[in-house]
Amino acid sequence: MADFWNDGDAIVDTAAPEGPIENRWEKRKFSAKLVNPANRRKLTVIVVGTGLAGGSAAATLAEAGYHVKSYCYQDSPRRAHSIAAQGGINAAKNYRNDGDSIYRLFYDTVKGGDFRARESNVYRLASVSVNIIDQCVAQGVPFAREYGGLLDNRSFGGTQVSRTFYARGQTGQQLLLGAYQAMERQIGLGNIEMNARHEMLELIIVEGKARGIVVRDMVTGEITTEMADAVVLASGGYGNVFFLSTNAKGCNVTASWRAHRKGALFANPCYTQIHPTCIPESGTHQSKLTLMSESLRNDGRVWVPKDAADCQKPAADIPEEDRDYYLERIYPSFGNLVPRDIASRAAKNVCDEGRGVGPGGLGVYLDFADAIKRLGKKAVEAKYGNLFEMYQRITGEDPYAVPMRIYPAVHYTMGGLWVDYDLQSTIPGLFVVGEANFSDHGANRLGASALMQGLGDGYFVLPTTLGNYLASGPYEKISEDHEEVVAARNEVESRIKRLLEIDGDRTVDSFHRELGHIMWEYCGMERTEEGLTKAIGLIRSLKEEFWQRVKVPGTGEQLNQNLEKAGRVADFFELGELMCIDALHRRESCGGHFRAESQTPDGEALRHDDEFSYVAAWEYATGESGKPTLHKEPLEFEYVHPSTRSYK
Amino acid sequence: MDIQVRVWRQSGPTDTGRMVSYDVKDISPDASFLEMLDVLNEKLILDGDDPIAFDHDCREGICGACSMVIDGTAHGPEKATTTCQLHMRHFKQGDTIDVEPWRAAAFPVIKDLVVDRTAFDQIIQAGGYITAPTGAAPEAHATPVPKADADLAFEAATCIGCGACVAACPNGSAMLFTAAKVAHLGLMPQGQPERDTRVIDMLQAQDDAGFGGCTNMGECSQVCPKGIPLTLIGRLNSDYRKAVRKQL
Repeated sequence: MADFWNDGDAIVDTAAPEGPIENRWEKRKFSAKLVNPANRRKLTVIVVGTGLAGGSAAATLAEAGYHVKSYCYQDSPRRAHSIAAQGGINAAKNYRNDGDSIYRLFYDTVKGGDFRARESNVYRLASVSVNIIDQCVAQGVPFAREYGGLLDNRSFGGTQVSRTFYARGQTGQQLLLGAYQAMERQIGLGNIEMNARHEMLELIIVEGKARGIVVRDMVTGEITTEMADAVVLASGGYGNVFFLSTNAKGCNVTASWRAHRKGALFANPCYTQIHPTCIPESGTHQSKLTLMSESLRNDGRVWVPKDAADCQKPAADIPEEDRDYYLERIYPSFGNLVPRDIASRAAKNVCDEGRGVGPGGLGVYLDFADAIKRLGKKAVEAKYGNLFEMYQRITGEDPYAVPMRIYPAVHYTMGGLWVDYDLQSTIPGLFVVGEANFSDHGANRLGASALMQGLGDGYFVLPTTLGNYLASGPYEKISEDHEEVVAARNEVESRIKRLLEIDGDRTVDSFHRELGHIMWEYCGMERTEEGLTKAIGLIRSLKEEFWQRVKVPGTGEQLNQNLEKAGRVADFFELGELMCIDALHRRESCGGHFRAESQTPDGEALRHDDEFSYVAAWEYATGESGKPTLHKEPLEFEYVHPSTRSYK
Repeated sequence: MDIQVRVWRQSGPTDTGRMVSYDVKDISPDASFLEMLDVLNEKLILDGDDPIAFDHDCREGICGACSMVIDGTAHGPEKATTTCQLHMRHFKQGDTIDVEPWRAAAFPVIKDLVVDRTAFDQIIQAGGYITAPTGAAPEAHATPVPKADADLAFEAATCIGCGACVAACPNGSAMLFTAAKVAHLGLMPQGQPERDTRVIDMLQAQDDAGFGGCTNMGECSQVCPKGIPLTLIGRLNSDYRKAVRKQL
């Protein structure tokens, strides 16, 4: 098995200050070198991505006086996929007087991450959470309020306090528009140079430091090299390696992967979050999956027919005694409210047994008949009306009359580029924020924590730690003729040329779909040594076929959406392989990673803290062996002691 | 089902463009409109033709990227629905469906169905924000906001910036878009200090970007996928009058 990777040195320094955890961030802020305001405008920072992390970072750095160059693949920074986040954002304000505190948010997040996150980082995240809410309110974010005019809160999975701030089911949209507007103000003032419809295709490293990027103008196809004193990646997660996910169609790993290929370690790639309540696939045309809020499980009952032969019958024709309310049966105390990973896996199991419902047998019922009987249709409508409407729009079925059909879907990726306490990658001058880094969620992210992390990184953490790095600048100006710059540019151009020249007989999407099937089957909700080994072989041969048979129409000198996709899918192949290797090496179950070989006698996830209490940071496979190298960052738990989660 | 689509094809900003017919066979009624175009594009690629370019991203009705005029209506026949959330079950076997880009002077066509909407960003740059640099914020509960104001501000703030309002307006005006942002920020206490300059500067930017004037036709609100109400334009006009009067 170790045939797939080499073992490397452990990571000893994470740059976190020592001492009591509650003082570490203060200590770091004080020890950080400062940049004289007059010098800041001489310093240029590139920020790739304009979601919550990238947007908030770009705005804050520009406000501080740095010259910022921002890039996004969308036609406007306002469309970054953070916009689609529904639920809310956690903050330890304790406005409910229910015993919440920074320490409790820290504790819940470390535990929710199944003890695979770094304590120092999580504590800092919890402590800046309160500042995020202040900042967003000052920007005019229209959070939900109570009649007295104060902010409303709701509860979310994995916690016992009410600490989630929200703006109906559109919290991500409202927070992103706040950051976007702050950014647009800086664009108007000339402090941010905005480059929408531009895609980063390579990182430029000069003398060991990240000094720029190669970008393609997606309208004209022009390739340019952009130089700076530091580069920030805020390019999001990689869920689209599965082809079908709740991510936007354009979400991709290319910026991160290009940095990884140039030496940045990639941490915990196998940690993916699969959300149990999504609308199932309706056919082979399916292009993406849509999430339905988890709150539906409060009143809906999940079931499938007991007998596979009943699966084709209308739900109404299946009598009560022939239904299997499997979550209530297996988890009598939590029932339909078990955590995301458990609900997802149980749905997969019943479908694997042939008892799934709907097209392709990939779905389970989420039935509101009892809730409607108990509460009345009006009350159910008041609580879930907008979700029912969305469901009906997509499926054409009326969930008041027939049970909803749901199925799990890939939603978020906890893994990402490895960063130290300063959010700096293993390449000096390359910083990584938001979902693109691996840092704060361990093996499983709690609901309403992604927005918190994105904004925490961008508004509060990065501006301090990046300043410390820039204080040693401005760095020597790099000419576009520098050999490293020319080499990076040539690499991009020859790759594009190669993709266009293959002119084969299969479309990019057909390859992407097939890769997604492999990933979902073998590196999805349940993983085995046998399956993962098989997947690695399948991915390798599919990748080879891709480079021989893919057909990319058009030219590189025009708007060419298939060329964009082809480059991204080429990187997804390499990432997919690394995800499988990471999943293969981690012979334990933790958070979003379930290894069938590592479970308790009654089928629950079994961690092995003695062997696997570390971050797996992978070095790109270079050299003759062609294998990635594993570097372990040991995790120490001084404050929150690892325990077992139980929901029976 | 089998249908025919007539799609606007334009290879670039300088091409004159034309409608081209394509047969699309065996489409599931459960497919979304964009998935129908995906299927068509896969076929075009394998046939050696140029696939149809269109903007799309989240495909769940919130990012605002998708932008098609379908059978003459921005975002198509379903009320309060973006193109990506429109499904083929709303069409019939044998239908011929016309698909065109947003058409407005301020939104030039880049290719096929893709238009340039940076003019919207320019309107926001002119004043669609509250000046609150990071770190300077007071405690969130320092200023209560009446629930009715917060709720109405939220309604206005749900605008996804897709531009359907502009595409539907006979004048190519961006008034509903601008009014939604002016209302959102003007309803919040934090937005008061810049309320007057905001409305004046945003309207100026709207004119400068080449959008037409508003003549209260109301088409914008009819096609808005988020149901932004027309009354917000009245609110904007009122804010504008007050702001101008103060300047006199």
